[in-house]
Amino acid sequence: MTRAFLALLKRDIALAIRVGGGGGMAVLFFLIVVTVVPLGVGPNLNLLAAIATGILWVALLLSALLTLDRLFQADYEDGTLDLLTMGKLPLELVAAAKAIAHWLTTGLPLVVVSPLLGLLLNLDGHAFPPLILAMLVGTPALSFMGAIGAALTVSIRRGGLLVSLLVLPFYVPVLIFGVVAAGGAEAMPGAGHQGLMLLGAVTLASLVLGPVAAAAALRANLR
Amino acid sequence: MTGMSDLTATQRFHALANPARFMALTERLVLPLGLVTAALIAAGVYLALFDSPADYQQGETVRIMYIHVPSAWLGMFGYMVMAGASLVALVFRHPLADVCAKSAAPVGAAFCFLALVTGSLWGRPMWGTWWVWDARLTSMLILLFLYLGYIALWATIEEPARAARAAAVLALVGSINVPIIHYSVVWWNTLHQPASVFRIDGPTIATSMLMPLLIMALGFTFFFVTLLLVRMRAEILRRRVRALRLARAEG
Repeated sequence: MTRAFLALLKRDIALAIRVGGGGGMAVLFFLIVVTVVPLGVGPNLNLLAAIATGILWVALLLSALLTLDRLFQADYEDGTLDLLTMGKLPLELVAAAKAIAHWLTTGLPLVVVSPLLGLLLNLDGHAFPPLILAMLVGTPALSFMGAIGAALTVSIRRGGLLVSLLVLPFYVPVLIFGVVAAGGAEAMPGAGHQGLMLLGAVTLASLVLGPVAAAAALRANLR
Repeated sequence: MTGMSDLTATQRFHALANPARFMALTERLVLPLGLVTAALIAAGVYLALFDSPADYQQGETVRIMYIHVPSAWLGMFGYMVMAGASLVALVFRHPLADVCAKSAAPVGAAFCFLALVTGSLWGRPMWGTWWVWDARLTSMLILLFLYLGYIALWATIEEPARAARAAAVLALVGSINVPIIHYSVVWWNTLHQPASVFRIDGPTIATSMLMPLLIMALGFTFFFVTLLLVRMRAEILRRRVRALRLARAEG
């Protein structure tokens, strides 16, 4: 079972890297969203520094959403998902493998480029470590909760917008705790640590809830 | 056909699974429920608008509360009904449960919207602005988005059986998330404004205001139940029409 799990994980990562349209595109989108913000609010560096953490997190959510609708859909369309359903690997673990692959090819690259984008937004030097830590802790939740939305809309053509509508409310706690954990939003002293702990709790809960709910949603759609 | 009176509770629950029986029973229920609703809301409106004092701090604006609080309560109650019915649909496969969940969603969403609008109207004289990112208003807004997502999912998946199961999963995941979202929003709000602002419903409330509020809440609840039954009947009829159309198209 472990071998099947790892094989699926390897396949999904290879697909995301070779076929493109996955992680690379999300990073580019992240870059563009962050570039558009100073054009919208003006190049005032003090203002940008104050809202940088919030912008980075919002852009991160949007970029993660962008790649979600293809999470299960490609496999649904060519019948791979039917085979995976009949295989020995429980559907819950299939969903978990795909969510992990999504995180490795989308969440992780976004975290890696976020310091660079922080520089563009005049983010303070000492604000970088908590930001990166918060993003590392929080991004798995985006992939695992997003997997639920992706599984629910697997049979819908052009379900991208619907996925966003379904998943964004679930991202609210991640955004709130993430921004505070990263030291943004003029939080009170001590709130950052609390935010990080709560963010960790949300991520851990999503690691359990995500695959189970995504598998149930896939079964509903594959009937 | 045995009468409903000599069945146990479980048997009655299963007997209702027969849509024909449900239709026959609810046909008799809708009118009395509607009358009770009308009487309660009429009494509530009279008490709220004419026979209750103005608040010493909020003045006449306090009367918005008699609509706002019951709407907010039913906005949340609607989600509980939806999630409960979804659980019954997934676990027990009760054929009316997904009809109930689907029918509850737009009603709950409407109450949620009403709570937001009245909250905003109340906020204008109280806070001096139409919208404040207050914890309650914000989490109510997100609840409305959860409703809209649920309704949109039903609308996009064409086959009812498939849509029912997917929507049930969404409603259940949502019901787990609603407390987390609410907690996170409250936490976020306290970080930004430690001093508590006006509460639309304080911890203590005078009896002269509590009476109209309770009657309104009861009236709104009856209104919710009546609408739910009417919508469920309409949904059952819609499915019958769909089945007949499909049969004709195939035959």
